[in-house]
Amino acid sequence: MLDSYLPIITLIVIALCFSIGSVIFSRLIGEKKPTAIKLSPYECGMPPVGSARERFSIKFYIIAMLFIVFDIEVVFMYPWAVMFKRLGLFGFVEMGVFILILLVGYAYVWKKGALEWE
Amino acid sequence: MEILFFYLVALVAVVSGFLVIRCQSPVNSALGLVNTFFCLAIFYVMLHAPFMAAIQVMVYAGAIMVLILFVIMLLNLGTEARKSYLHGIVWSGLASLAVLFNVIYFIKRGRVTGAEGDITDFTVQSVGHVELIGKTMFTEFLLPFEIASILLLVAIVGAVVLAKKEV
Repeated sequence: MLDSYLPIITLIVIALCFSIGSVIFSRLIGEKKPTAIKLSPYECGMPPVGSARERFSIKFYIIAMLFIVFDIEVVFMYPWAVMFKRLGLFGFVEMGVFILILLVGYAYVWKKGALEWE
Repeated sequence: MEILFFYLVALVAVVSGFLVIRCQSPVNSALGLVNTFFCLAIFYVMLHAPFMAAIQVMVYAGAIMVLILFVIMLLNLGTEARKSYLHGIVWSGLASLAVLFNVIYFIKRGRVTGAEGDITDFTVQSVGHVELIGKTMFTEFLLPFEIASILLLVAIVGAVVLAKKEV
């Protein structure tokens, strides 16, 4: 059974080799002529303003929280989708109730303007 | 071959777990934690639980790590947090070692697992892991499943109430 994961492992190994190899080889054979301009942090072409280690806004936190909740909702749908045909209409109604309850939450979030970037 | 692979992944897991507690920057620690989560996902696959592996990656390495990173950035731990904390390391180390030896002792005695249930390893392999979870969750554990949606609803409302200025 684990043999079926061999392609994934191969992919991971290739990805690792490629990323590590790119870093190592560019360091080994790349030319280095550093100037003050070249070493300054790149910020879309404009001169950087202050440090990047600022406190982030709470707005990011609410997006992350909502992402977790709806992510978990999707996780529940995965086994349901696999069993969809065998569960029949019963399973459909079950998931309908589940989604409906979460839709209430979604409507609440939308109504309260938590999705707005004010 | 499989046991060799297990030890390789276990080594990566332990090293990244070590990095989580020893890194100077909290963001580096968080990345170490992501690595540990991925190793756990590989263990789930090796235990024939691919659905758990998928959840591990989606929920833990994906969503929960995003939240942890945002909290780190919200708090903006400056130079204060970058000091290394070594006080109490002897006692906590001894306690962890005691737990480890306890676990090894019970594994050696072969008493870690309880009595075997209806669903054996063979059933899981023949029916399919996700199919079994789906069947049990949507028939036997229907009520807990629906209650889970209410729990998620509470979480949504809680997040909005906590983080919004005017509710």
